[in-house]
Amino acid sequence: MSEPVWQRGDLLGVAELSTAEILHVLDTAESFVEVAARPIKKVPTLRGKTVINLFFEPSTRTSSSFEIAEKRLSADNINFSTSSSSLSKGETLLDTARNLEAMAPDLVVIRHAHPRVPHALAERIAAGVINAGDGAHEHPTQALLDAFTIRRRKARVEGLKIAIVGDVAHSRVVRSNVLCLTKLGADVTVAGPRTMMPEKPESLGARVVYSLEEAIEGADVVMMLRVQLERQARASFPSEREYFEFFGLTAERLRGARDDAIIMHPGPINRGIEIASEVADGPWSVILEQVANGVAVRMAVLYLLAGAKSGADGTMP
Amino acid sequence: MSGSLMIRGGRVVDPTQELDGPADILIEGGRVAACGPATDPPDGVGELDAAGLVVVPGLIDMHVHLREPGQEYKETIETGTRAAAAGGFTAVACMPNTDPVNDEPSLTEFMLKQAERAGWARVYPIAAVSRGLEGRELTEFGAQRRAGAVAVSDDGRPVWSAALMRQALRYARHFDLPVIQHAEELALSGDGVMHEGRFSTRLGVEGIPGAADDVMVSRDLLLTADTGGRYHLAHMSTARSLDLIRTARADGHRVTCEVSAHHLLLTDEDVFDSGLDPNFKMHPPLRSAADREALVGGLADGSIDAIASDHAPHHPDEKELDFVASPNGIVGLETTLSLCLDRLVGKGVIDLARLVDLLSTAPARILRVPGGSLAPGSPGDVTLIDLEREVEVDPATFRSRSRNTPFAGWGLRGAPAGTVVGGRVIELS
Repeated sequence: MSEPVWQRGDLLGVAELSTAEILHVLDTAESFVEVAARPIKKVPTLRGKTVINLFFEPSTRTSSSFEIAEKRLSADNINFSTSSSSLSKGETLLDTARNLEAMAPDLVVIRHAHPRVPHALAERIAAGVINAGDGAHEHPTQALLDAFTIRRRKARVEGLKIAIVGDVAHSRVVRSNVLCLTKLGADVTVAGPRTMMPEKPESLGARVVYSLEEAIEGADVVMMLRVQLERQARASFPSEREYFEFFGLTAERLRGARDDAIIMHPGPINRGIEIASEVADGPWSVILEQVANGVAVRMAVLYLLAGAKSGADGTMP
Repeated sequence: MSGSLMIRGGRVVDPTQELDGPADILIEGGRVAACGPATDPPDGVGELDAAGLVVVPGLIDMHVHLREPGQEYKETIETGTRAAAAGGFTAVACMPNTDPVNDEPSLTEFMLKQAERAGWARVYPIAAVSRGLEGRELTEFGAQRRAGAVAVSDDGRPVWSAALMRQALRYARHFDLPVIQHAEELALSGDGVMHEGRFSTRLGVEGIPGAADDVMVSRDLLLTADTGGRYHLAHMSTARSLDLIRTARADGHRVTCEVSAHHLLLTDEDVFDSGLDPNFKMHPPLRSAADREALVGGLADGSIDAIASDHAPHHPDEKELDFVASPNGIVGLETTLSLCLDRLVGKGVIDLARLVDLLSTAPARILRVPGGSLAPGSPGDVTLIDLEREVEVDPATFRSRSRNTPFAGWGLRGAPAGTVVGGRVIELS
């Protein structure tokens, strides 16, 4: 018998994943999609497993997606967030790890404002760790659900022209997506105003352009990034009006893309800033499919990691 | 610190006498009485057998943080100078960012008293440029000089106001004190935690552009030219800063600079490869490979005056925080000499005489302190070096109270073998 494709106990970043592993997550997610259509949206796969959701940074979308995924897998889950937990800022990673260990979780889902905190935690605890976003570094489940959404719509990822546009410097979504989509063989371009580009952006592994038009020319997929309005103070862009004027996605601009192009956004969207309502709500948009697929992909990840940690395969739905 | 001692049989390397060869050194009453061919020592003078060792003027680390008073849980003058002795240094110059800040002569006096009590190495306090390091009012340079301060600096942060820097450069001239600058334009470094470049981009980490240093260095050099002051650039980290220094020196301005061993040996790629280990976090950050190569070039061609450790102890608990949350700085007193011997002299970048100049003669000249030479009349401060000894950097063995080093596990050839301060043997291995 050949080695199973998935042996990881942690999902920390796309950087570490092979193409085969990414495809395995996507294939596994397919079998979880239909759970959402059942009258009783629950499978016993993770019964008796404890999952801690540890959010050191505010999040509604990602945290609720994980929570629903965990509940549909029958896991027992506990949520800590900065507002409700006593885990204080400035606690050492060792202390955080010891406190978690004392509660004997099987899996820990962590979001933190600082890069590589999930990686550091994973080295210190026995439980499986899922990175739900570490600063502007990685957000692997977002990239996996995006790839899943693209594959469902386009039947493939390989060879597609994909444009990712917006605040590239401060986006964890762009980093994980470039890694994931290029591993799957897509032709990825990133674009944004120069003030929102990191130093040496080509080191992300994608083609770099500085205009929206150029980025979406002939694109199969256009992924818009959320503009962080609070960064306005940092002089990245002068006004929302001007951003929309030059980098906002309108139906007019979209004509440069392929006729069957799809529009994606990790949410929450800023209507009239990075994306016009006519586009967000239009026939091209798969933004709500991303949200629905997010649950299935996270169920797949939880299932695979729990199986790897316990050393035994759980029960598939 | 005054003793008498005969150091016999070693290879003496002293760039001030253009000496590299077998010689004996006689120290009497704390000072070098003779340096040359063997003679019998006067009665009652002890002998130190230096056969197989290199004998050099006592090394001076011109940039350390001893943390006392105020942060004795990180380091004390006792533990810091003990680390200095173990690392082959006979003197250190300590920065004023203690708590309280060394902005009063009484603080300098206290530090000198603690150093004398400890007895491991000479300590030269550096006084604050501004009261409380707040960048507003000048401190009493004259009274500090009289108390024993050898330079002024707000290190840990820059003298940010151009007006205050201008006045500091002017006023320090009365007392022949160098103004040591931590060159950082805060508006450019912002929330950055590592060098801004392809590795910060891949990690999504806020970067500190090289321009944060260069903009400040450029401004300071204009003010130095304008005032005729004496400017010393601390922990230089970029190729462009080095070019600016070269130009200012060629124009005849009184400008010197130091680099740390870590900026000579590590880059932002090492930060990346470490997985954001907090022991790779310091200010200025580890720069690009091109910057590192330029600095190494500056050592070889003489543009760089000195090597200093920027010894910055932090408690293990503080480095157990994540990279962004952890404080800046690494310890260096117990690794600098071996790193330089192995990676610079051993690899043929510089010769031993140049290393002695960088670690002893130049710091003495910049700070106007005795030492840096073994010519008769010099202080009887000597460092013994074993070029053949193989060591592995093991933080558990550090005499420093802190362990924060990125060099743990490095195997190095060449190590300190002992120190002599004022003719008294302090450390011998």
